[in-house]
Amino acid sequence: MDNTMNSKYKTENINESISWKDLTPGLQIYEAGTSKQFMTGEWRVNTPVIDFEKCKQCLLCVPYCPDSSIPVEDGKRLDFDYDHCKGCGICVKACPFGAISMKEGK
Amino acid sequence: MAIKERMSGNEAVAFAIKQVNPDVMPAFPITPSTELPQFVSNYVANGKIDTEFIPVESEHSSMSAAMGASAAGARALTATSSCGLALMWEMLYVAASSRLPIALALVNRGLTGPLNINCEHSDSMGARDSGWLQVYAENNQEAYDNFIMAYRVAEHKDVRLPIMTCMDGFITSHAVENITLIEDDLVKKFVGEYEPEHYLLNEEEPMAVGPYAVSNYCMEAKRAQAQGMMNAKQVFLDVAKEFEQISGRKYGLFEEYKLDDAEYAVVGIGSAMGTAKDAIDALRAKGIKAGLLKVRVFRPFPGEEMAAALAGCKAIAIMDRCESYSGNGGPLGAELTSALYRAKSKAEIINVVYGLSGRDVKVEDFENLYGELADIAVNGVKDTQYRYLGLRE
Amino acid sequence: MRELIEIRWHGRGGQGAKTAALLLADVAFNIGKHVQGFPEYGPERMGAPITAYNRISDNEIRVHSNIYDPDFVVVVDETLLEIVDVTNGLKEDGAILVNTSKPKEEIIPHLKGYKGKLYTIDARKVSMEALGKYFPNMPMLAAIVKISEVMDTDRFMDEMEASLKHKFAKKPEVLEGNMKALWMALEEVK
Repeated sequence: MDNTMNSKYKTENINESISWKDLTPGLQIYEAGTSKQFMTGEWRVNTPVIDFEKCKQCLLCVPYCPDSSIPVEDGKRLDFDYDHCKGCGICVKACPFGAISMKEGK
Repeated sequence: MAIKERMSGNEAVAFAIKQVNPDVMPAFPITPSTELPQFVSNYVANGKIDTEFIPVESEHSSMSAAMGASAAGARALTATSSCGLALMWEMLYVAASSRLPIALALVNRGLTGPLNINCEHSDSMGARDSGWLQVYAENNQEAYDNFIMAYRVAEHKDVRLPIMTCMDGFITSHAVENITLIEDDLVKKFVGEYEPEHYLLNEEEPMAVGPYAVSNYCMEAKRAQAQGMMNAKQVFLDVAKEFEQISGRKYGLFEEYKLDDAEYAVVGIGSAMGTAKDAIDALRAKGIKAGLLKVRVFRPFPGEEMAAALAGCKAIAIMDRCESYSGNGGPLGAELTSALYRAKSKAEIINVVYGLSGRDVKVEDFENLYGELADIAVNGVKDTQYRYLGLRE
Repeated sequence: MRELIEIRWHGRGGQGAKTAALLLADVAFNIGKHVQGFPEYGPERMGAPITAYNRISDNEIRVHSNIYDPDFVVVVDETLLEIVDVTNGLKEDGAILVNTSKPKEEIIPHLKGYKGKLYTIDARKVSMEALGKYFPNMPMLAAIVKISEVMDTDRFMDEMEASLKHKFAKKPEVLEGNMKALWMALEEVK
């Protein structure tokens, strides 16, 4: 990260109350991974739930997730990242072992 | 020592490109700008410059590729005319709103239709609200000079906008005329290296360009972009002052020719304004106080400054080499009339559409126009305020 | 020489009238003149009547219109006499140069009563003899330089030799042929 970057341009300082003078030119974003700050999990109506008893850790669900909301560590998937999971349910269809099911609500 | 040469406008701008040696030029050929990428690709093939020349499949692609290159951190440019510019339309706005200082060497030609390949300003005038800086040339010398100054304005931190350097198709682009060139090293020093603060290929700073902007941000972004355009006025002047030191040639936002004490003024853009100068000299010899205001920088629009320069005039003809189909006159006419109104000008104003699709404009045409202005100054504007010159009635 | 010389070229696409106008601008520039050389552009292609122009002046040239009252007119293809008003606006104290093998008496009736001077040259003969091919522009260029007195013909030949040497560095036979065409034209024009 460029330490000389004007700190007013840090995404944590950009919000819907600041002046047009404090925005980056062209709304460029000078940091990586800023979509993490956007809690798309709030959009979720139905929620996927994993049953680790049935899960064989084949990891097929991981590439299917359109929101990268299935974290993987040491070759094993963890529980869903509910901050960002929108509840689309694709993982349910992708799982060959019926380990993921949708529950109503958050 | 300045270099005396003779060149066509296309050759002159290609030579300026060679001297500037930008990083990337994607281009697609279209008359009358075709020679520009052709000359540049020759320079590349002959090892004169190390510009990456990309023959793309359309103008939409050439502007897209120029944007990609510019966002990546390269000094990028392209060239086009007429419908080629029209095919870039979507990308023009994106380049400007992404604040990418791309240069576009535009050779003005009318937009189709009817299908025609000759000079008119309808292409660049159509793009006048796309957020690009626009600077126009009267002849090959100005086309060359404008290109050399282009990146200095576009890349300036207070501006950061793409720039269109415009010259008249065929009349300027294909006519061989005398020109004074600047030495390579002086040009290189003047233009300098492009060192963007932020760029995609900077591995130290990951970044994103052109994100979706929700309503809560988009209006603010546009206001900030407009500020870049407003700031460009002063930057154009500062850069011109520095340019004068290496070239001896003076440039402002516009040129005033015998305007100081003029009672009758013509305001216009491009090659025909040289023709107007000859008419003015002939009229001045007869004691008629004719003058000219030739617009160089059209974006940003120096409305206040032009109104001030025209303050002493009794009658003004604003010339548009473009029909805007507003039913109310051309773009220069509309914008300058509004600036004159705000400046509380008392001058009689007519808006003259001329030179469409390559229709020639002669010294006599201007002499007659000044005669008309003299009459209008006394008797007021008769008929319509918006009219055509050189039209078969 | 006049302070400003305006020349209008009439040719057919492919005959090199535009090239000749640009070459004339080149050599006039080389002797320190202000020049313009430009064609009138349209969608015309090989064989179509085309017009090209030269302004050569001691002063800066600002006018960017076509030329309506030329001092000289060059007709590169005599068949154009039938279809183009070549003497339109031509100054009476100027001259018209026509590429033809015919005697002047046969050309005069086509000039719509033009009272200025008529010069002719058989550029086909010159070109065939010098180059073995029909390229009328070189002989026409030499002839108009002589007639218009835009520059001294010796100086013209020196400049042309230098420029052609550069252009045809790898084809000395082409250089020789072109120089011969120019020399012959200076002699043959009448």
